[in-house]
Amino acid sequence: MSRSDVLVDADWVEAHLDDPGLVLVEVDEDVSAYDKGHIRGAVKIDWKTELQDPVRRDFVDKTGFEQLLSDKGIANDDLVILYGGNNNWFAAYAYWYFKLYGHEKVRLLDGGRKKWELDSRELVTDVPQRPKTEYKAKEQNLAIRAFRDEVVDAIGTKNLIDVRSPDEFTGKLLAPAHLPQEQAQRPGHVPTARNIPWSKAANDDGTFKSDEELRKLYTEAGVDLSKPVIAYCRIGERSSHTWFALHELLGLPDVKNYDGSWTEYGSLVGVPIELGEAK
Amino acid sequence: MTTQGCAAPAQTAHLPATVDLSNEAVIQGKVVTRDGAPVSSAYARLLDSTGEFTAEVVTGDEGVFRFFAADGDWTIRVLAAGGVSVDTTVTAKTGQVAAVEVAI
Repeated sequence: MSRSDVLVDADWVEAHLDDPGLVLVEVDEDVSAYDKGHIRGAVKIDWKTELQDPVRRDFVDKTGFEQLLSDKGIANDDLVILYGGNNNWFAAYAYWYFKLYGHEKVRLLDGGRKKWELDSRELVTDVPQRPKTEYKAKEQNLAIRAFRDEVVDAIGTKNLIDVRSPDEFTGKLLAPAHLPQEQAQRPGHVPTARNIPWSKAANDDGTFKSDEELRKLYTEAGVDLSKPVIAYCRIGERSSHTWFALHELLGLPDVKNYDGSWTEYGSLVGVPIELGEAK
Repeated sequence: MTTQGCAAPAQTAHLPATVDLSNEAVIQGKVVTRDGAPVSSAYARLLDSTGEFTAEVVTGDEGVFRFFAADGDWTIRVLAAGGVSVDTTVTAKTGQVAAVEVAI
């Protein structure tokens, strides 16, 4: 697998916008960005209302995902190009989510919405109408999704990568600094986790760093690339970005995203928590 | 009730009513042109005292950005179309709004 099988740049997208069988999807938590302007032909997915179960804390189930993609007019053999705001956090999360339900052809737009905007490329407000499809999803591929017990078992045995900012890792902050800090869970990190913020895998314009830079980043931070990896953050979208870097770009075979992340782990009774710098 | 995500809330000039300022070290700023006009859709990045990325928001209609930081020194890096990248330093303190204006 090469980088171009999973990641495309803005020039490529501009050249292939009208290709049959290609669907651009903008994914955000706040979809007002899409409503103000999006790449021509792109449909939107709302991370909060469309990908999360409205009652339980979990994803929409297989049937729900099939319904969602059918309604969006996405077919099983379509090439889906995902992009979004927040340095592609939610687009990377959607990428991982599409892979979880077995979609074959999906790629990320490198740099997402930010790079597109900083390049002053065209954004439109026309909302495309796509005919409905009959999408069929697969059962969740749990080889890429970690649950809380696996995380506790991974302490001291697998690579745990905490991709939050250093101040969230040490316990100084409970949430990313653009959010109010009042939270229910305890601050800190999973013992033996290495703190490698997601942002270190990206350039200022939101594009991913080169494979060589990425390999150096994780190796120097103490990650044994021959061992399994579990990545987590606060709710699992920033760690999807790192999952993408490790599993899709570097091609590591066993990388899981822990989507429960700190909002779950930091609320569990009795699990070990470490404060301060990594030990 | 769905899980609260990590996306930034709307960047408005007034603190949201739900925020208890006594527990927050707020950094709030405005991105303006050299003529003083607000710049919306610029990217404001918050870097910690070691230069490490901490958070990023897109400025709102009034050019406003806001962070909920912790006590200490921070750098704001503003990115905008045309290759603009401007750094400004600011000190945050719990219970206060540290105001900053960035001209690009």
